[in-house]
Amino acid sequence: MTDTPTPTSYTVPGLVPTGPRLITARFDVADGFTYDGYVRTGGYTALRKALTSMTPQQVHDEVRTSEMQGRGGAGFPAGTKWGFLPPDVFPRYLVINGDESEPGTYKDRMLMELDPHQLIEGVVIAAYAIGAAQAFLYVRGEMALAQERLAQALNDAYANGLVGRNILGTDFSVDVTLTWGAGAYIVGEETALIESLEGERGMPRLKPPFFPAAKGLYMQPTIVNNVETLSNVPWIINESGQAFHDLGAPTSTGMRMFAVSGHVNRPGVFEVPNGITTFRMLFEAPEYCGGVRHGRSVKAFIPGGASAMWFFDEHLDLPLDKPTVDQAGSMLGSGAIVVMDDRTDMVAACWRVVRFFARESCGKCTPCREGTTWLERILKRMLDGHGRADDLATLLDVCESISPGLAWPPRQTTICPLGPSAVSPIASAVRRFQHEFEHYVQHGRPIDGVERHAIHGAGAHV
Amino acid sequence: MPRLTDANVTIAKEIIGRYPRPKSALIPILHLAQEQDGYVSEDAMRHIAELLGITPAEVYGTATFYEMFKFEPVGRYCINVCTNISCQLLGAWELLEHAEHHLGIKAGSTTDDGMFTIEDVECIAACTEAPALQVNYRYRYRVTHAEFDLLIADLRAGGLADEIPPHGTLARVRQRTPQNWADTGRTAQAEVDAR
Repeated sequence: MTDTPTPTSYTVPGLVPTGPRLITARFDVADGFTYDGYVRTGGYTALRKALTSMTPQQVHDEVRTSEMQGRGGAGFPAGTKWGFLPPDVFPRYLVINGDESEPGTYKDRMLMELDPHQLIEGVVIAAYAIGAAQAFLYVRGEMALAQERLAQALNDAYANGLVGRNILGTDFSVDVTLTWGAGAYIVGEETALIESLEGERGMPRLKPPFFPAAKGLYMQPTIVNNVETLSNVPWIINESGQAFHDLGAPTSTGMRMFAVSGHVNRPGVFEVPNGITTFRMLFEAPEYCGGVRHGRSVKAFIPGGASAMWFFDEHLDLPLDKPTVDQAGSMLGSGAIVVMDDRTDMVAACWRVVRFFARESCGKCTPCREGTTWLERILKRMLDGHGRADDLATLLDVCESISPGLAWPPRQTTICPLGPSAVSPIASAVRRFQHEFEHYVQHGRPIDGVERHAIHGAGAHV
Repeated sequence: MPRLTDANVTIAKEIIGRYPRPKSALIPILHLAQEQDGYVSEDAMRHIAELLGITPAEVYGTATFYEMFKFEPVGRYCINVCTNISCQLLGAWELLEHAEHHLGIKAGSTTDDGMFTIEDVECIAACTEAPALQVNYRYRYRVTHAEFDLLIADLRAGGLADEIPPHGTLARVRQRTPQNWADTGRTAQAEVDAR
């Protein structure tokens, strides 16, 4: 079998070197995930620098200067988020969100499997900056190798005095608890993750009033940061926040990891200059994906995970820049780009994304629990050749109930954005390819010239 | 039906000690129970409730929210085929259909010999390596139909036992709790003891 990872050797699938590599450099080092390999390649120098020559405020200032946008999906500047903690309220906690589950997203798992010490170093530095006495590293349940590598890395870091009591002989102490989930996409939402950490069903909390920075884990001040965000922190401390800011564009600073999957010749995970690289460069350049497979063209692409509105060929020259993509009506989200070529069945693609949200809805809010299920059923019966004349109207009507006006960013009738996310693929695909949906209803099959999948008719597994 | 063994109770207590509040240890200890038996039994859930000082209903309430916990025995090897968008585009449904034919079962069920369960699952974060699957949460990338058959043969012959432990075991390395762990942990255990 190709590219099979084993506990002792790990080939990095599809990673292409494309310029400065801040957080993926060690992916090429065979033992980069071990303590020895990490220290040999400059690991834990940032921690020493931060703890022995900088105040927590100075560390915070460097991260603020970097203007690094959070890499979990919302893109909120990490330094600003840290500043939301109420002064003098203790204990306060740091929670690391490693519950990567957004369809198309594949970067945090690589960072945890291939460079776990880099993450741990970032965690300890961040805990120092915000004054957290305990950090919780929450890894997705399905990621057994990441859990194993992080457990080993943590044990080694403890044994070498880099985590725990009096780190590096200073008076700073922080304990890091490694924990993992058990299969629930919604736990990637920060308040749901906190619920899960408290041993509850992973259902989001209503915010306000419960913004985690003020009232999070155990109702104490809590900062929730993504794995990629914290993995950048050691580099920022070593090289300065300004150096990070100078990479990429002023509106989207630093380098950033993007996973490009789907119908491209060489799908892969790339660390690219943020805000500068365009979608077209990513898809076409030989050092990235090398074009759409079989010389075909792009019919549609998802720019930032399954929750994002879809983009089309007129968006190819947009840079991977948060404000630009936001203004164009979608988002960069979690850095997940899915390319669909000109033979893709839009109804089938749309259904698969919607089924994901229907399955993963936590059930707390009615518009999402009921709405996503109805959307999935209607799309599935279209696919199965049993579409009804009024199905398209019903589809849009249900969408309207979940997310009034089908606006972007979505207007919510729910506590968290999961429900409105299910509307994104439908709103995008129907707007552009309405005839494909109508064709399914009228003829019980897709338009000519699209690829069919084994999901049609009797092959259904839902 | 089994409760947690003495050895696992010791591990469970160590896990509880790493959290400020005992109930936070619930999901990790449910994983421990699943590691012990391959699934989470009712007796194990009652036992966990005792260990955490909560009710069995609270344990069950949390456990049933999460897809990975199984409440009846499943195959020694759980084969999770991702059919989400990136994998669908590159033949995931055809792979799943092939898997069903090859094993003679439908997705969501287990072979009669108790060796294999197949499931149609959501994104497993291997999107650039589609179609992808996991065997007991260990990855296989860009799986062709022939490779799937080989994988099954290897698993049957016990050839992958070193890499892929039986269902229920995730990380084979446990976090160790140092002696001087923060006071919060000891508080959590004291809280349970006091009940």
